[in-house]
Amino acid sequence: MSATLPLYTKKDFQTDQEVRWCPGCGDYAILAAVQSVFPELGIPKEKFVVVSGIGCSSRFPYYMNTFGFHSIHGRAPAIASGIKLARPDLEVWVATGDGDALAIGGNHTIHMLRRNVGLKVLLFNNRIYGLTKGQYSPTSEQGKKAKSTPYGSLDRPFNPLSLALGAEATFVARSVDVFQPHLKSVLKRAAAHPGSAFVEVLQNCNIFNDGAWDKLTERDLRDENTISLEHGQPLIFGKKKDQGIRLNGLELEVVALGSGVTEKDLLIHDARRSNPALAFLLSRMDGTPGFPTPIGVLREVEARPYEALVHEQIAAVAAKKGKGDLKALLGAGDVWEVR
Amino acid sequence: MATTDVPAARRREVIDQAVIRFCGDSGDGMQITGSQFTNTTALFGNDLATFPDYPAEIRAPAGTLPGVSGFQINFAATDVFTAGDAVDALIAMNPAALKSNLADLKPGGILIVNTDAFKETDLKKAQLAQNPLEDHSLDGYRLFPVELSKLTRAALKDLGLDAKSMDRCKNFFALGMCYWLYNRTLDATYRWLDDKFGGKPTLAEANKLAMKAGYAYCDATEAFQVSYQIPPARLTPGTYRNLSGNSALALGFVAASERAGIPLFLGSYPITPASDVLHELSQYKEFGVVTFQAEDEIAAISSVIGAAYAGSLAVTTTSGPGMALKTEALGLAVAVELPLVVCDIQRGGPSTGLPTKTEQADLMQALFGRNSEAPIPVLAAATPGDCFWVALEACRIAIKYMVPVIVLSDGYLANGAEPWKIPSLDELPEIPVHFRTDPQGFRAYSRHPTTLARPWAVPGTPGLEHRLGGLEKQDGSGAISYDPLNHERMVRLRAAKVAAVAQDIPEAVPAGDPEGDLLLVGWGSTYGPITAALRAQREKGYRIGHLHLRYLNPLPRNLGEVLRRYRRIVVPEMNLGQLVWLLRAKYLVDAEGLNKVQGKPFKQSEIEAKIEEVLS
Repeated sequence: MSATLPLYTKKDFQTDQEVRWCPGCGDYAILAAVQSVFPELGIPKEKFVVVSGIGCSSRFPYYMNTFGFHSIHGRAPAIASGIKLARPDLEVWVATGDGDALAIGGNHTIHMLRRNVGLKVLLFNNRIYGLTKGQYSPTSEQGKKAKSTPYGSLDRPFNPLSLALGAEATFVARSVDVFQPHLKSVLKRAAAHPGSAFVEVLQNCNIFNDGAWDKLTERDLRDENTISLEHGQPLIFGKKKDQGIRLNGLELEVVALGSGVTEKDLLIHDARRSNPALAFLLSRMDGTPGFPTPIGVLREVEARPYEALVHEQIAAVAAKKGKGDLKALLGAGDVWEVR
Repeated sequence: MATTDVPAARRREVIDQAVIRFCGDSGDGMQITGSQFTNTTALFGNDLATFPDYPAEIRAPAGTLPGVSGFQINFAATDVFTAGDAVDALIAMNPAALKSNLADLKPGGILIVNTDAFKETDLKKAQLAQNPLEDHSLDGYRLFPVELSKLTRAALKDLGLDAKSMDRCKNFFALGMCYWLYNRTLDATYRWLDDKFGGKPTLAEANKLAMKAGYAYCDATEAFQVSYQIPPARLTPGTYRNLSGNSALALGFVAASERAGIPLFLGSYPITPASDVLHELSQYKEFGVVTFQAEDEIAAISSVIGAAYAGSLAVTTTSGPGMALKTEALGLAVAVELPLVVCDIQRGGPSTGLPTKTEQADLMQALFGRNSEAPIPVLAAATPGDCFWVALEACRIAIKYMVPVIVLSDGYLANGAEPWKIPSLDELPEIPVHFRTDPQGFRAYSRHPTTLARPWAVPGTPGLEHRLGGLEKQDGSGAISYDPLNHERMVRLRAAKVAAVAQDIPEAVPAGDPEGDLLLVGWGSTYGPITAALRAQREKGYRIGHLHLRYLNPLPRNLGEVLRRYRRIVVPEMNLGQLVWLLRAKYLVDAEGLNKVQGKPFKQSEIEAKIEEVLS
């Protein structure tokens, strides 16, 4: 297929629209990563559709030179589901944020994942409402002081990965705006996944929540505070690769390698396990003192995408009943003649 | 009334018309009984109208007043426009049903009562202090007390069924009696039972036996000295079937999809009384129909917007509360100018209101219920069968003008049925679809010179990559624009586009007198009672016209002129006066309302009374 495709470059996916994110916003990096990944996917440009809701992240489609749909708050998964069901041949991506996907659109997000509609979802998580100028979001840490919570927020946050796994998403991953090579590789794997691919991208809002992810992104901290998941590899992290994650009963524990603990004792990452329980455990490392934050692909299991099932069922019924005959349908059942 | 030659003592009267009502507990199968009688009557060739009336509770406590379910049918040798004001024959399966339906039975009317359900406890559940079968309160009627349960059990004694299963057949005993009473054959119901209970032949047999026993009971006991013959109606020649409004909508959308040559996509969330459209369309996969039962009302319309964008014939179905939830997405559909159809099968409100009862109080919601200036064409079906044609017309307008279109039906049309003349395929309208394919000079918001429609540029078409959205767009290019003058231009363009539909719809032509003393203006399901009332009153010499509006936005271009041809204007509506408000505001005419919000359609007599009040 790629032989007949034009050779796309990043430039082919850039628009003439002036990008209106704040200077220094993490969204620029995500846009750059997507624009450099799309040309490599071997898909004709006109097949791409980027759908978004409302929020800073949802301006994304305007900056992608593809078919794009900037819709209404929270509804992008439902609109994108309609597109994908109508035209399974289209490559449909959803750009959304922590407010858009997890607050107002939470219902659509979980049901899209439950159905396994073949959409690629990029959830830009900056733990704040940016476009409405700085209210706490469903992923803000408890106690967050923001415009609407001068005394600190009382809500417990969602963990987007746990939520997606709870909905039994077939592909669940996380990357970070500033980890460009990692982000691109995750995006490519998401693109290759036939069902719903849920990718949380940790993104910095330098205006309203600057430094939210510093502990994960600062050069001297990132190795201690993140763990990169690789399918089939033991869970090791730390600047000196001297710490690991071990399964102890129904809990994970951080162990230091050496002094009797070897790689063999560590949990081997298995993203393809059909039971999502282990992936869920990994997602719960977030915010647990002493544990690193996982990045990479937590879950990647095969399941027929919803749109394929829908059209297979249509084809099966048509094969059994024969192609629909409108005249017969209108005249079906008990009829009588009036002369 | 004529008497034909039948054996002495038993007469067969030929009559023009009859109204019968089956009523009982929700668990008594009254809806099935009614629809079977309807089907048989339709096949016989009578014109008819039905009014199924059932509670919102699936199973209210058995035998209680809230659990009463009824099914009324008006059938005749002449044109039928309503389900009938008063009932000629009432079949009451228990005291609660008797109590809540008796008021509608004509004096001297036939009253068949299941006496087995009149024990002390049954009376108590119906909150009756005395047994009406014994206190002479029924003396004004032709009462036929029948031991329906006992007789049914006797008829089924050899089948080896338990008592409960036997009792569940008693509605078919009653149906058999009615078939005898109105000289109908049992064949169509036999066929239906075979089909329905294909896998359970004993149940099919039991119901057949019960029905046969009911028929034979009337034949043998001579309880009934008279049976009735209602000759077939002289309908327009053609092939007919019986059709409910919701089925008609489903068929209309499949037909529209075939005519447009694009696949049908229905995104919907279950809601009474609209769900049957979803149920029915989900059966038609062989037509390539995609039905998507969404997670909520908002997802339903959102998926439909996505499907429309991707080139499907996109439809969503709902009722008032769901319509409210779809409001924001409808605004998006207006802004992105994509073709889709929203069906609001209205029910009593506000809020959850009366889910199973009819009302037409969503007109203002359909016309104006969105933020900002967001005009949408609105159509309303007048009869169950008309739902088919309105569905096609809504699709035609949506695609031609690239707009969302709202179709208003209601609970009465949705569940009511009438004989429907099956159209030939060449009677169906053309629905041309033009997908933009040429990238040369493509602009997402360029406009057709007369319809003002923008191009339908479907994803997957090379060279047409563009961005749509809810933000205001630059006229022509569709790029984001915050320019004040451009915004006003776009607001006016969207309004002008919807107004342009008026050039494409028929002028208003009143039925009855083209000018005169009184014009009745209606919309939706009031068509039947207004038509019937008009006929009766014109015979008295009044000069009355009836204008029934199928198009509520835009209104017919000559409407103002038509309104001024009459001395008085009355607008009957099942709301507190929504269309009348609109007519007064728009045309500065002194129209007055006739309003009813009881969850029930107008009676012919109620409209006649208003006519007499106005004209006397």
